[in-house]
Parts: sequence; C-alpha cells; structure tokens
Amino acid sequence: MTALQSLQGLSWIQRRKITGILFVLPTVIFVLIFFIIPLLMTFFMSFHDWPLFGDRAFIGFDNYVDLTTDRQFLKSLDFTARYTLLVTPPIFILGFILASLVRHNIPGIGIFRTIFFMPVVIGLGVSSLLWVWLLNDQVGIINRFMLDMGLVTKPQLFMAKPDSAMAVVILSVVWKTVGFTMILLLAGLQGIPDELYESAEVDGAGYFQKLLYITLPLMRRTIALALILSVIGSVLSFDQFYIMTNGGPRNSTISIVYWIFNNSFTYFKMGYGAAMSIVLLVILVILSAVQFYLLRDNT
Amino acid sequence: MAETTLQQTRYTPQQIQKFRQRIIITIKYILLIVLALLFLFPILWSFINSIKPPSEALAVPPTYLPTQIVSDNYTELTTFGRVGLVQHVSNSAIVALLTVVGTIILSTLGGYGFARFHFPGKNILFIMVLSTLMIPFQSILIPLFVMLVQVELHNSLLGLALVYITFQLPFGIFLMRNSFLAVPQEIEEAALLDGCTSLSVLYRMMLRLVFPGIVTVAIYAFINSWNEFLAALIFMTDQNNFTLPIFLTNVRSGLYGIIDWGALQAGVIVSIIPSLVIFILLQRYYMNGLMGGAVKS
Repeated sequence: MTALQSLQGLSWIQRRKITGILFVLPTVIFVLIFFIIPLLMTFFMSFHDWPLFGDRAFIGFDNYVDLTTDRQFLKSLDFTARYTLLVTPPIFILGFILASLVRHNIPGIGIFRTIFFMPVVIGLGVSSLLWVWLLNDQVGIINRFMLDMGLVTKPQLFMAKPDSAMAVVILSVVWKTVGFTMILLLAGLQGIPDELYESAEVDGAGYFQKLLYITLPLMRRTIALALILSVIGSVLSFDQFYIMTNGGPRNSTISIVYWIFNNSFTYFKMGYGAAMSIVLLVILVILSAVQFYLLRDNT
Repeated sequence: MAETTLQQTRYTPQQIQKFRQRIIITIKYILLIVLALLFLFPILWSFINSIKPPSEALAVPPTYLPTQIVSDNYTELTTFGRVGLVQHVSNSAIVALLTVVGTIILSTLGGYGFARFHFPGKNILFIMVLSTLMIPFQSILIPLFVMLVQVELHNSLLGLALVYITFQLPFGIFLMRNSFLAVPQEIEEAALLDGCTSLSVLYRMMLRLVFPGIVTVAIYAFINSWNEFLAALIFMTDQNNFTLPIFLTNVRSGLYGIIDWGALQAGVIVSIIPSLVIFILLQRYYMNGLMGGAVKS
C-alpha cells in the first residue's frame, strides 16, 4: 500500500514513466535471463574446460586452438558451406517459378498457394521423419515407384553415399521450405505495377527481357531477403541431418550445429561446444550484417 | 464458300492474342495441378500408410493402396515406449499452451509499453529485445542447459516453455508494438482522463482493437513450439517428458524395438494435423505475421 500511496504523490508524467517501465519489465527480465546471460555465459564457458559433472578449469584460448586442428569441425564447416550453396539455388529458383505461377488472381489460385505453402508449417523434424520413410530402400514408396517405372533395377540406398544423401536431404528441404520463399517473392512481384509490363510489351519486350530489365531489378531487396533467410536457415541446419542421415555415411553429413550438439550433449565437452557456438555466432552476425547492408533503404 | 473458309482461317490480331492467352492459362493450370499433386504427395502417402493394416505398412516392397482401412497403427502407437503416444501429445500440447499464453501476455504488455509510454532507456531496451533476432538460439543452448540444470528446470515442460517464450518474444514484441501504434491515441487519452488506470485501458479497450495481432502472435507461438526439435531434444532427458517430435524420432531409430513404419506415419500425421488445421483456418492472420515480421525487419 505504501508503494501505491507514494505513486499517487508523483506527477502524472512520472507515473506514466513508471507504468511504462512496469509494462516492459517482464519482457526485459525474460530476455535478460534466457538470452543475454546465456549469451555472455557462452563466451565465459568457451574459455573453460567445462564437463557436465565435475570440476571446470580456466584454460584460456585452448578450446579455440583445438578447433583449428579438429578435423571433424573443419569438415563440418566445409559440409555446411557446401550444403548451403547447394540447397539455396533450387529453393530460390523453384520459389520464383511458383511465385510467378500463382501471381495473378485466376480462379482457384488461393488453393494452390495454400498447398505450396502447407509444408512450411510442418516441423522440419517431422517432415524429415516423413521423408526418411518415403526414401527408405525397403518400405519406401519412392523406390517402389522408381522400380515400377523402370528407372532403377534395384532399390536405392540413398543414405549410403554422401552425394545421394545430400541430394535427398536437399529434396526434402526444398519441399519443406520453398513455400516460404514463394510467398516472399510473390509479395515482391505483386509490388511491381502492371503498367510497367504493359508498356514494355508495347515496345516489343519478350518474357526474358521483361524478367531481366523489370522484374529482377525492381525485386532486388525481396530477392536479397529471400536468399539471406534461406542461407541463414541452412547454416543453422540440424534436424534433417540428425534424423535422415544420422550424420552418415562415415560422418560426411555432420553440420556445424550437429557437431556442436555431439560435443556438448553426447561427449559433454561443454566448454568446447561453447567455443564452436561462438564461431557459429560470428558467422551468423556477419550474415545478418550482410542482410542489413543489402536491405538498407538507400539502394 | 471460298469467302467463308477465308474468314475461318484468318484471325484478327485480337483473336490471336486471346487464343494465345487461353493456351498460356491452360498450360499454367496444368503445371499448377501437377506441382500441387507433387507437393501433396508426401502428406497424402503418409496418411494412406497410417491407415493400412500394420502388416501392409511394413510390406517389402511397399504396396500402393491399403486392402482395408484400419486405425491399428494409431492404437499401436499409444503403447510405444514407457508412456505412449497420448502422454507425448499432451506433453507437446502443454508446452505449446504455456508458450502461447506466456508469449501473448508478455508481448501484449511489452508491446503496449514500448508503443505508448516514454521512459528513460526505452530505445535501448527495445533494441536489446529485437537484437536477439540476429543471434541464433542454437548458439546459446549450452549455457541455457547448464542454467536449467542448476534450477532443476531441465527435463521439465515448464522450463522448455520458458525458453520457447523467450525465442518468441522479439517477434511478438515487434508485432504487438506495431499493432498498438496503429490504434489512434485519442481513444485512450479520453479514457485516461476519465481516471481509468493504464492496465484497465489496455484490458477493456485496447485488447479488442489489437486482437488480430494477438491471434497472429498466438499462431506463431503455437506452431513454433509444437514443431521445435533441437531444444526439446537437449532439455528433455527423461523419456516421460519427451515432446511428440522427440518421441517419434525414437520410434524411427528403433528405441522401442523394431522400427514400426506404420506407427511412425500415424505419429507424423498426428503431429502435422494441428499445425495444418490452424494454418488453413487462420491463414489471413498467419500471412499478416509473415509480412509484418519478415518483410519489414
């Protein structure tokens, strides 16, 4: 009660200030406890030998030095980069094709937009469980279908070779995420006035000329956004490899997050995992900076 | 005679144009239908497999269509593991519900505070909340785990929900702040002059006006927490507390005996349905969030 009484003694503006602080306080506390402190702790832990149980010890930069000779870590950086480079173009190109197809409001177009977008709201973990079954060599329908069509002579073990494992993971991820890129690009396409195309047609421009000189330049920012979001998602990939390939064959499909997960929560080398998290963080901050640069207003 | 054939073969430019457009639109529809079938195929096939008799679901090579439609795969899944499907669905539902309620309360209060009040440090705090968008949660999971272990909130549905709420906050705050900013200030000022407290203005008047924003925030909180995999995999160390995706991953890896593909697809369908139903029914709100959240940021 005393707090309330002293509040009443304050001026209206002061009371508004305090009320405002009280409104945002819960959010600030949550972000502090579950985000800012863990973030600072990641740095702190990365300078320690930090097992889950037992004593921890300050070891300076040793974890970071160890990273430079950890062959699996370097392999996971390389793998994540290759995966990102390979998965981004098909997502973007198919996303663009889908966006162009559903651009105009022809009858029934809403249903098609919904269908293409549906996989986006399914979890990546669950969609991976779905695809790992579709692609299975014994019970998978894809192998049965390819056999019946005469495309293959015996069931394919997609997960047994690094290249085919990569290819089918990409297939599943494209299915799962392309709807998101489609919607982004659709919004961009619809922002271009029809008159531009009409006057270009009067001048005799064909489809590819319109694409090259009108669509792509005017959609720079949307395209940059779609690409960067897809790159960030790929750099952080984990679920699809954990579930579909289990990191195999012969540890060839272990992404950065996967290797952090293994070190921290299988081997419980948490300090080492934290050092890798910092590397991941730096990569992501650079990517976000690129995003802001590409999306800045004065382009 | 000669004149009529001439008229039939020679088309005006407008007719040719119209004819070309009709062909283009036909090709478009054919492409759309083929692509739509390809996109639907995985979900459809999972569903078909889930209603096959278990022996047919395990057949090598697989059959295309079931000889009879049964729910055996679903009932079998309820006996998997220590506690079965129902417990894991309810785990996921509890976490999702806590996340939705927590996210709505915090983002509404915070969004209102950031939109309507002036206090020292406001901009810094707002930037702090939003800057968390740039930092992937994957990189802070290790200390989060260590912290939750310390307060014994690891392996608890509440602990997982608290982490999920935090992941949802930047989006929630951003969206709710914009929703409040879109409401004309005069309405509130009148009520405040009449002596209403800020909280009752928010509760009695503003909530109705920003309701679409709340629905959007709730949809994202639900779908994201219902689907989340990595944090749930790390934090839930006791089988009984596994959320649905973690439970299903164990079905797939054969932790509960031989891999039962029919049961697995039944589980996939169970976990797909809530997100799909919410998305299809509330699509407008979902898309608002996409445009407000992704495009503007």
